[in-house]
Amino acid sequence: MRHDFGYFFHEGVNNLFSHGFMSFAAIGITVACLLIMGTFTLVAYNAEMLLKTLESEYEILAFVDDSYDDAQTAAVGEAIRALPNVKDVEFITREAAMEAFEERNLDEYMRRNILPEMFRDRYAVYVDDLNLVRNTARAVEGVEGIGAGNVRVDEDIAGGFILVRNVAGAVSMALVAILLVVSVFIISNTIRLTTFDRRDEIAIMKMVGATNWFIRWPFVYEGFMLGALSAVIAFGLQWLVYESVAKGINAADTLQFLSTVPFSAIWQPVAASFAAAGILIGVGGSLTAIRKFLQV
Amino acid sequence: MQKDILAQYGIKRRIWDKATKEGGARVIRLKDVEKEYDNGTWALRGISLTIEDGEFVFLVGPSGSGKSTIIKLLTGEILPTSGRVVVNGFSLTKISDRQIPLLRRSIGVIFQDFRLIEKKTVYDNLSFAMRAVGAAPRTIRSRIPYVLKLVGLEEKADQLPHELSGGEQQRVAIARALVNNPVTIIADEPTGNLDPARSLEIMRLLNRINELGTTVVVVTHERDLVNRFHKRVVLLEEGKITGDGVGYDAK
Repeated sequence: MRHDFGYFFHEGVNNLFSHGFMSFAAIGITVACLLIMGTFTLVAYNAEMLLKTLESEYEILAFVDDSYDDAQTAAVGEAIRALPNVKDVEFITREAAMEAFEERNLDEYMRRNILPEMFRDRYAVYVDDLNLVRNTARAVEGVEGIGAGNVRVDEDIAGGFILVRNVAGAVSMALVAILLVVSVFIISNTIRLTTFDRRDEIAIMKMVGATNWFIRWPFVYEGFMLGALSAVIAFGLQWLVYESVAKGINAADTLQFLSTVPFSAIWQPVAASFAAAGILIGVGGSLTAIRKFLQV
Repeated sequence: MQKDILAQYGIKRRIWDKATKEGGARVIRLKDVEKEYDNGTWALRGISLTIEDGEFVFLVGPSGSGKSTIIKLLTGEILPTSGRVVVNGFSLTKISDRQIPLLRRSIGVIFQDFRLIEKKTVYDNLSFAMRAVGAAPRTIRSRIPYVLKLVGLEEKADQLPHELSGGEQQRVAIARALVNNPVTIIADEPTGNLDPARSLEIMRLLNRINELGTTVVVVTHERDLVNRFHKRVVLLEEGKITGDGVGYDAK
């Protein structure tokens, strides 16, 4: 049978307006759910970006044997660079290490009593995957010119990064899933009320031989419009909220270490996700709502 | 007539052929039909009945005799517990969910309480029924005036159901049953809410529709009315057929 788009659309819009208050309520709740989902995802995303920055600064220190000359030291660097999971290797001379130490420790007494001989040439090793940092450290120890006990790796910090990241990811995924289900349920109930009003019409349609899809389509359009409208409103609000929070963070002196991703850099995936979630909620809700009324 | 339905509603030839391969595309046939409801009541206890193309049949009997159950079986609302039911070529024991709408398009049903949509005009009640089966707007515009004229309501097209008398409302319901050009009209107590004069009018209208070639099955318990028409009467009692002949008192 042909798809009578004009008729279905018209009926869908009619439904939407003839239950104006319920539609308003459904849109309000869907917008709220989308906003909460969006906010959590964006916070998690920013946290992830921040962690990535911090992770990229995480280093393993490998101290080079004092008896090695420059050529041998350079060869050690190349050997480390060739190991798996090694992203980058940076050579730090004992002088540079001492300067850095002095900068961090401004205490006069400490400075006066520090001798260059106490520092050794070293390599700062950066890794790709923090999960594997222990193995990488062991591999670095195996390189000739480094040796066991000459690698410093802070596994607690690495473990902390991994934990924060996994927990944030799991929490936001769970929240998104719960809120999706809640929204579908609410939209479904709203549309069920409008179907309840029209069950006589549905019974008559079934009696004269309308197919189930003919009866469903107007409700699908109604759900689609509810979802799409909610997505547009939620996107606008999300933008406002995000920009004002980001502005607040950037303006606050104490939060300098927190950098936020500008909204202009992520608006496309955000818009696409909102549209997808809104339409999924709307159409899913309307389909579950009319299932019962079609059992005639 | 079948060709008309196929063309009008774009039903696929293959689906129609499959649905009607039972043979007798315009016949109603019940064979040893039994129906037990979930609560354990036996509504039908072995019914065999054939209604041929173009017949006019009264189905009579006291309440609880199984009349409504037969109507529900014919429209595909319920399935028989055992036995075979074939309606206009559709075997109701094997019918798929996708074929039920096709079966219902071959039947026009009329109820005691009219079941019109109160907020739609007479015209819109009919166009709604046509749209529901996917009729084209052009077909709708040409078909509705014809059907309204047939039931004598061409002047009332723009009125709402509550502005009409009971008899007129039932005629709208008949027009709606007819508008999709069904093979069979099934009327469930169509005169139950009407005075004797209006009842007679409705029966005459159904008789006229039958003369135009549509099979008509009327469920009623109004003996006097039945006796005014010399038609086949099937008498049901306690889920069994206890009489089948011309006239109420034929048994």
